[in-house]
Amino acid sequence: MERLQHELDNGLTILVEQNAEAHSQALGFFVQTGSRDESEVESGVSHFLEHMAFKGTPTRTADDVNREFDEMGAHYNAFTSEELTVYYAAVLPECQQACLSLLADIMRPSLRQDDFDTEKQVILEEIQMYEDQPPFSADDKCKALHFGSHALAGSVLGTADSITRLTSKQMNAYFQRRYNPNNMVLAGSGRVDFENLVRQTEQICGSWPSVPSERTITRPTPSGGYQTIKRPTATQQYLLQMMAAPAGEDDDRIAAKLLAAIVGDDTGSRVYWELVDSGLAESACLAHHEFQGAGVYVSYLCCAPDQASENLKRLEEIYRIVEQSGVQQAELDQAKTKIKSRIVLGSERPRNRLFSVGGNWASRREYRTVQDDLRDVDAISVTEVHAVLKKYPLSGATTLSIGSLDETQGPGRPPAAPAHRASDL
Amino acid sequence: MRQVTQTIHTHSLGNGLVLVAEPIPSLESAAFSFLIPAGCCSDPPDRHGLTAFTCEMALRGAGPRDNRAFVEALENLGVERHESVSVEHTVLAGASLASHLPDALTLYSDLLRAPHLPPVELEAGRMVVLQELRAIEDEPSQKVMMELRRRQFPDPWGRSSQGERDALEAITIDEIREQYRKLYRPNGTILGVAGRFDWPQLKDHVERVLGDWKTVAFQRPQESKAPQKHAHVAFESNQTQIGIAYESIPYRHPDYFRAWGSVGVLSGGMSSRLFTEVRERRGLCYSVYASLQTQRERAGVFCYAGTSERRAQETLDVTIAELSRLAEGIEAAELDRLKARIKSGLIMQQESSSARSSAVARDWYHLGHVRTLDELGRLVDELSCDSINSFLSEHPPRDFAVVTLGSSPLQVPA
Repeated sequence: MERLQHELDNGLTILVEQNAEAHSQALGFFVQTGSRDESEVESGVSHFLEHMAFKGTPTRTADDVNREFDEMGAHYNAFTSEELTVYYAAVLPECQQACLSLLADIMRPSLRQDDFDTEKQVILEEIQMYEDQPPFSADDKCKALHFGSHALAGSVLGTADSITRLTSKQMNAYFQRRYNPNNMVLAGSGRVDFENLVRQTEQICGSWPSVPSERTITRPTPSGGYQTIKRPTATQQYLLQMMAAPAGEDDDRIAAKLLAAIVGDDTGSRVYWELVDSGLAESACLAHHEFQGAGVYVSYLCCAPDQASENLKRLEEIYRIVEQSGVQQAELDQAKTKIKSRIVLGSERPRNRLFSVGGNWASRREYRTVQDDLRDVDAISVTEVHAVLKKYPLSGATTLSIGSLDETQGPGRPPAAPAHRASDL
Repeated sequence: MRQVTQTIHTHSLGNGLVLVAEPIPSLESAAFSFLIPAGCCSDPPDRHGLTAFTCEMALRGAGPRDNRAFVEALENLGVERHESVSVEHTVLAGASLASHLPDALTLYSDLLRAPHLPPVELEAGRMVVLQELRAIEDEPSQKVMMELRRRQFPDPWGRSSQGERDALEAITIDEIREQYRKLYRPNGTILGVAGRFDWPQLKDHVERVLGDWKTVAFQRPQESKAPQKHAHVAFESNQTQIGIAYESIPYRHPDYFRAWGSVGVLSGGMSSRLFTEVRERRGLCYSVYASLQTQRERAGVFCYAGTSERRAQETLDVTIAELSRLAEGIEAAELDRLKARIKSGLIMQQESSSARSSAVARDWYHLGHVRTLDELGRLVDELSCDSINSFLSEHPPRDFAVVTLGSSPLQVPA
């Protein structure tokens, strides 16, 4: 593995983790833009724009884009999150030039009106689809409640209303504001011909104008609120909780991930033994998610409605006990083994490594090897887990419940949230 | 196609278990996949869900370890595991750092040969399988495809493993133990391994831990006709779910790649026909696909589309029209794209121990040998528009099973 890096005059960074042993390569544009960069009237535009990138450019129709990717046998897709929009393709090394030519071209899409109108219908269907599927957009709803007026509260998909009202002119303005070379990184992994990659990127992307794209990063003040949404036809009850946790740039984020694994990994954790192995819940888990300037623990519970109230109490009791008595060395060791194993298994394919290479650069301007990740996990002590738990306790969550139960049927409102610690950071 | 050096080792144990292994020394990991001939096709008529419940119980303690100690032993090896029950198999799969492979296989040999099936865990296990059944009630896209499979294949081959509530509530520990004794056996079990390992050591280890596992005689399940081909399931939701199926040929059939190629033209990359016509041109839905699903003796093409109620009829009409149009043949450019995608997919499969361990086990089950990349590459190269088109004219997509799920039924086009 070798790190190779180059920056164009207009600010576009190229970062590659070269692996001469690999059979394939993956390339991706990581644009630092997402729902947190949208105004209220633009809600959902980042994700809609991601779809529009595949609808053609001045030199390619939508059919051309799809056809050319398929002609090189690419495994390709795109996704949008709160703070990142990623376009990627995994191909055989001999297709590098064709792949970059296409990927770079769709970073300058035409955004034609008739394509915009047709694709709007697809986005509206996607919104409907998630409304029909568990957990019935509970994640969006919980995020809105937890983050309140903070930029991370917005939905990635937007709402049927915001998408219906959105105009192609607004999308164009958003594109001009966000898709600038200094606001993106071209990441690569696997068997990449770096010299040619740089030369070709200079040719295609060198003329993109450099306009500053800004993101305001403030620390959120989580609500700790509680909301029940009634959905009479749901069979199961779905509960989502969010609590403040270390942000993407905080050193204690690794300790937070280990804490989440000990307490609530989907197998072998405290939550697993209490709620899942026992069959009390269909699923129950705790995970750590990070953003720039913010982090959350997310706890998820899905069970029969008549068990929801008791299960929530059990979950809170697990959190209370770990806050009171801490974690054991043996639990930490087990969590480390598991996470390290996942890091190694998850890094074998260039298309998986790509997301680490691009993601770390986009969020932290950092390149991390697999060994860096393994070493940092190994270095965490019980003391550090206890420290992060003290700074970011698991109690005092923002809770959202969705299912056939209404407010009066429980699950009961959890104990009042302690004064929030976000301001201490 | 670019050459990737590939070796396939096989070893048959005296008791019928077959070990199929592919070394991939460039990887740090090793993965395994047990195909055990314990599918839900062997659920008794009034005990649908028994095989899945048995699998759930088999994980609750084995050999010298109780439930908790067993799972923790796997966790301490960092084994990423996965269990599932299909119509024909119980699949137990896992992956870990290469050095942990022998210890992981020892644990799984305990599970296969000496599960406790403890009465004290029965109610917890029952709650788990009931929870899984309940969760499907909230998954409209899964529900529609389950109902579709039931109407496409004769029983028991169209069943889903989750079973039925009444049966799950009635199952006793004795029934689970009996099901285990009947179905968990070395004759018919295939162990696929891929990744970094030393073949002589692996072979010796598997002989040591599974060599004296006793064989069990096996009876084939009785077949009965599938219910009527068209159905509507009333369901309150924003979108109408549409499932369409038609008969195809299984993996072991000499013409399989022609059938597979024709489905690849329908639904593969984003330039495929269904994606282009249903989603890209008309914006009718977000999700639309077709896939060729193969069992050993039969196969079907299963298509899915989900769309809002007012556009559901158009979506069904357009999708069926595309399926029917396939009989008119495919074009050279479509085939070229298909070949490119298949070939890069095959090469990229070499970068994942999990993908290869299940592929070698699956090949052995269907064919009694493993197709190397060279052989697959040759089969793909041999595909021509003519060969696919002559297949399509002999086997045009027709006699569709159609299941819809949503607030109102649709008109199935003639």
